[in-house]
Amino acid sequence: MTDAKGDATEGSAGPMMAADGTPLKKSLARALRMQKMRALMLIAPLLLFVLVTFIAPIADMLFRSVENDIVSDTMPRTTAVLADWDGQGMPPETAFEAAYFDLYIAAERKLHTRLGTRLNYEQTGASSLFRKSGRGLDDIGEVYQDQFEDLDEGWDEAMPWAELMGDPEWLSEQAAWTKGARQPEFILRDGIADLLPRTAEQYEAFALYLQDEDNKSPLDEEPWSAVHTALYEDLAAGDLSGYSGPRADMLVAADALVDSPDFETVSFARGFEDIDEDWADPEIWRTIKLYSPEMTPGYFLNSVDMQLTPEGVEMRPDNQRIYMLLFKRTIFMSMVITCSCILLAYPVAYILANLPARKANLLMILVLLPFWTSLLVRTSAWKVMLQQQGVINDVLVWLGLVADDSRLAMINNQFGTIVAMTHILLPFMILPMYSVMSTIPHTYVRAAKSLGATDWTTFWRVYFPQSIPGIGAGSILVFILSIGYYITPEIVGGTTGTFISNRIAYHISSSLNWGLAAALGTILLAVVLILYWAYDRIVGIDNVKLG
Amino acid sequence: MKLTKTLLATTALTVAAGAVAAQDMADSMTLVSWGGAYQASQDKAYAQPYAEMHPDVTISWDESSNEAVAKLRAMNEAGNITWDLVDVVASDAIRLCDEGLAMEYDPDELLAAAPDGTKASDDFGDLIVSDCYIPQIVYSTTVGYRTDLVGDTPPTEICALFDLDTYPGKRSLEKRPINNMEWALYCDGVAKAEIYDVLETPEGQDQALAKLDTIKDQVVWWSAGADTPQLLADGEVVMGSTYNGRLFSVIEEQDQPVGMLWDMQVFDLDGWIIPTGLSDEALARVKDFLYFATDTQRLADQAAYISYGPARESSAPLVGEHAELGIAMAPHMPTDPRNASNTLLYNYEFWADYRDDIDAKFQAWLAQ
Amino acid sequence: MPDTGASDAFVAFERVQKSYDGESLVVKDLNLSLPKGEFLTMLGPSGSGKTTCLMMLAGFETATHGEIKLDGVSINNIPPHKRGIGMVFQNYALFPHMTVAENLAFPLEVRKIGKSDREAKVKRALDMVEMGDFGGRRPGQLSGGQQQRIALARALVFEPELVLMDEPLGALDKQLREKMQFEITNLAHSLGITTVYVTHDQTEALTMSDRVAVFNDGRIQQLAPPDELYEAPQNSFVAQFIGENNTLEGTVQQIQGDRCTVQLANGEVIDAKPVNVTQPGERTRVSIRPERVEVNPELGDTAHTLKARVLEFVYMGDIFRTRLEVAGNRDFVIKTRNRADQERLTPGQEVAIGWLPEDCRALDAD
Repeated sequence: MTDAKGDATEGSAGPMMAADGTPLKKSLARALRMQKMRALMLIAPLLLFVLVTFIAPIADMLFRSVENDIVSDTMPRTTAVLADWDGQGMPPETAFEAAYFDLYIAAERKLHTRLGTRLNYEQTGASSLFRKSGRGLDDIGEVYQDQFEDLDEGWDEAMPWAELMGDPEWLSEQAAWTKGARQPEFILRDGIADLLPRTAEQYEAFALYLQDEDNKSPLDEEPWSAVHTALYEDLAAGDLSGYSGPRADMLVAADALVDSPDFETVSFARGFEDIDEDWADPEIWRTIKLYSPEMTPGYFLNSVDMQLTPEGVEMRPDNQRIYMLLFKRTIFMSMVITCSCILLAYPVAYILANLPARKANLLMILVLLPFWTSLLVRTSAWKVMLQQQGVINDVLVWLGLVADDSRLAMINNQFGTIVAMTHILLPFMILPMYSVMSTIPHTYVRAAKSLGATDWTTFWRVYFPQSIPGIGAGSILVFILSIGYYITPEIVGGTTGTFISNRIAYHISSSLNWGLAAALGTILLAVVLILYWAYDRIVGIDNVKLG
Repeated sequence: MKLTKTLLATTALTVAAGAVAAQDMADSMTLVSWGGAYQASQDKAYAQPYAEMHPDVTISWDESSNEAVAKLRAMNEAGNITWDLVDVVASDAIRLCDEGLAMEYDPDELLAAAPDGTKASDDFGDLIVSDCYIPQIVYSTTVGYRTDLVGDTPPTEICALFDLDTYPGKRSLEKRPINNMEWALYCDGVAKAEIYDVLETPEGQDQALAKLDTIKDQVVWWSAGADTPQLLADGEVVMGSTYNGRLFSVIEEQDQPVGMLWDMQVFDLDGWIIPTGLSDEALARVKDFLYFATDTQRLADQAAYISYGPARESSAPLVGEHAELGIAMAPHMPTDPRNASNTLLYNYEFWADYRDDIDAKFQAWLAQ
Repeated sequence: MPDTGASDAFVAFERVQKSYDGESLVVKDLNLSLPKGEFLTMLGPSGSGKTTCLMMLAGFETATHGEIKLDGVSINNIPPHKRGIGMVFQNYALFPHMTVAENLAFPLEVRKIGKSDREAKVKRALDMVEMGDFGGRRPGQLSGGQQQRIALARALVFEPELVLMDEPLGALDKQLREKMQFEITNLAHSLGITTVYVTHDQTEALTMSDRVAVFNDGRIQQLAPPDELYEAPQNSFVAQFIGENNTLEGTVQQIQGDRCTVQLANGEVIDAKPVNVTQPGERTRVSIRPERVEVNPELGDTAHTLKARVLEFVYMGDIFRTRLEVAGNRDFVIKTRNRADQERLTPGQEVAIGWLPEDCRALDAD
């Protein structure tokens, strides 16, 4: 069989053929693909797990650090108007009008305070400004609402509005709706959007909000004062005397009222100023304009002590610069911690690796013992040891090495952080070192000695270079762990021993500025990657071994 | 045919049962609080009595209040709220309300009236600082000192914090601007009524930091409520700020040589918020519990376990003795008239606006 | 009998003992001396003490008792790196983080030899093992045989007078091993260095050595040139250990000079050469090499023959290997050369076998 096929393929000048006549290359590719698919299927659950639990959070973090759609989502009209504003002086009345309608809906949806919190990161005072404005916007609309109601009680009722704005078919469906069933979605009456464009838009927003959020029928609820405001604007802008649709009498009368000279009006700018005088300051408008885009570099600039201003990017004032200092300190201290871990772990790992297995295992338990106690307990123990009335100071005073009134400050500073973190991270250095050292055969040492090397030369030229992969792996572990540590620095770091991660934790759990926390985290990730790259260039990543 | 009928009947039954269940109350409830003595006082004063009245209800506690805001936000983003009632300080309640994470409620509908018929909204009065907030207790942040380390003239005023000549030694302050900035300005000669007007301006902020600068190298900064009591007990600091309940515990329960000041104590509130997005059954149960747990007697009962003042005006006369020590609790309440001669109320509005800004400056100042 | 330290010995063990645990001796009263330039192999099963002896000589183990002398000087208290002894390890122990050239330069560097001199020596050493082009490679990039050569070159590059080798060929396949055996002996002889070689492979020992010390149970059982070891084993351990061997057990009947008769268990009597039996009545084990047994012999009147039954016949090309049952021993093997006229035995066949008395050695019984 085989011989025959071999002859056949040798005989033909074309490509090699498989037994079934397909080209051998194709056949091989298919077989390999099948194998790969099977392998992929096997690891699929793990791959999915890694994607979901590891990649997705990082992607989410990267996204959050630039995400800024809350401004344009909450105030779409305002940002559109402000796009054409040059930022000089006060914005035009249209901006106030847009802001009125935007904030009105936002306030109903309780989104305005969220936006206020967001803008407060950039401009102090925005938080209360928006909270206050949410409550005060009704004052503007009530001016019109009251006048229309005085004219005709119908403007204070739900049905006339619904008949005026709603599609007749929808009206009958809505009338038949009972609580618990699905509501027929509101549909505008044909032509009403051309006749009363602003009113139609506002009423539609009102009706849909009522249906979706409150699960109430637009046939039962009178509209918001923002709808009355919109009606006034439409009536002031156009002539409705010829209108002949539903509720024509009401609308025509209202049109006449608006055109009459004693109809009271209020400018939006004025209304906003009455709510809070900060609206009369162009600063808040500039901030809104500046943060209109859906993506912002603001968080990243903030992370490196810069800020986005209408004039461009500039450094923050001196007394607010903190993040660069913390980044530098975090990296510096992590390196110090890594170095002290290397110094302490090396001899321990060496002893472990060269002891008989039984003794080594016993010692290994001692090394791992700290893992079995809570991190908080270990850190607090250092507090007891290092504080001024603590064990070490007491001993030093007792020995007469330190005077009682000049006890050493060993905690709530960098020293305390370095000591406590070195202790906590030491096992992460010992373990990879040990596992690398235990694979270095003893014969290398003997060989070096037989070749004439002294103990030191043997260690330095032969043993040490082979243990470098362990040092590398341990260093990477310890460095990366310490760069992200925050509990220990928080407890024993005082003010000079805290890390950037403490600020990240603060922004995650206290200030809720997750965008800034994400930007700081992203920078930290980038720093780690750069250092990793540098390590690869200098030492070579092949020189990292966990065992 | 028959099968179809049966199926239809079953479906109808299930739907009916579901409708009935919707009006029922959930039989379990997760309360979130701070742990420690405070949570214990809540448990003894209202959770346990409630559980006795409703043996079929399981109440479980989650000690996550210090990160409640972040966790609620995360739960909300994930669309899975696992908490039923969350105990938070007022500033957090305001933020949760702002973010739409806490439910707005009507005090007179949800909470019991006082025994004399006073409406709940009047009985709690101004302490309802947010539409989402159901206050329970008033606590204060104040200063404790080591009686044996301050010489013959124990401090009586808050400004002893800044007086290194008379009271040398370390002091512990909270690692945040709130309270410290106010005290600094007050001790720098700013009138109490003008503190926030001054603190609004960059110059005022600099002034406060400059005052703090005079004691900066003598300060141990704390971030957990248990820190100052521990530091005082160890003799690590001469004086330090903490919550009045913690000082009560150090002085009366642990009998340490510690004294306390009531001068310029900063009132703050602790209370419940209901997370938005609860199921109807869960919400019904929470409302039932809240009606009971915030009535006049229950709030007064709580004071038997911890020295925090009840948030209802009508509860104050009912405050009795400490459950174990047997001492009268009224004199230890921050709200007691003898203690409250010179106080400051946490300015929620101000700090909601200025927190980010001043905190950045404060942290930069700390790090330098 | 092992030599006692001769005055001109280059390496000498004098009454050396070694114990690890203080309870049992791993090396018992060892006396051994090598003249300069000799290739001596320590052969024995594992645990026989041969490697311990080598390590004591290298300085990695200390003698519990006795003295080890190098060139007449006691080296007991000289640390290994000052002994100037080259050593080749079982797994080569080439430093993986250094190139081949760096490995070779290492012993020269620690001896503070100048750079140019060093390079010349490294090159010469590499050329010596025909690995001149591999200086820039890492040990990990070399095959087992190549690594072996480098290890050899490294042990020789600093021109030691004594080289120790600890089962250096153990990890190589058979063909390569045979090639290397040849190269190592050649090199050792041409350089005139003294070599102590440890192995448990008797073929290696026989083919390479000037003399072989057979170790067992912490003692040297016999120290002799390979041919003597094979043909004149001093005791039954050596006879068993070296080469293939047939044994028969019996009792000495009478001894006359270099002849004795032994009665086997089944009553048959054979002739043998008394080696370590001294008087009639002693239990003995006689040893006959398979190739010295003749089938249907014509050995003369004095020689006894035995009856044997063929159990198995194996054709091996150059020889025939036949297994017989002889005097109750079912593992009696004979080898016959494949000559044109050689009879091929068939299983079940009854034959008579015999041998020259001097080929049958009556040894100790245990």
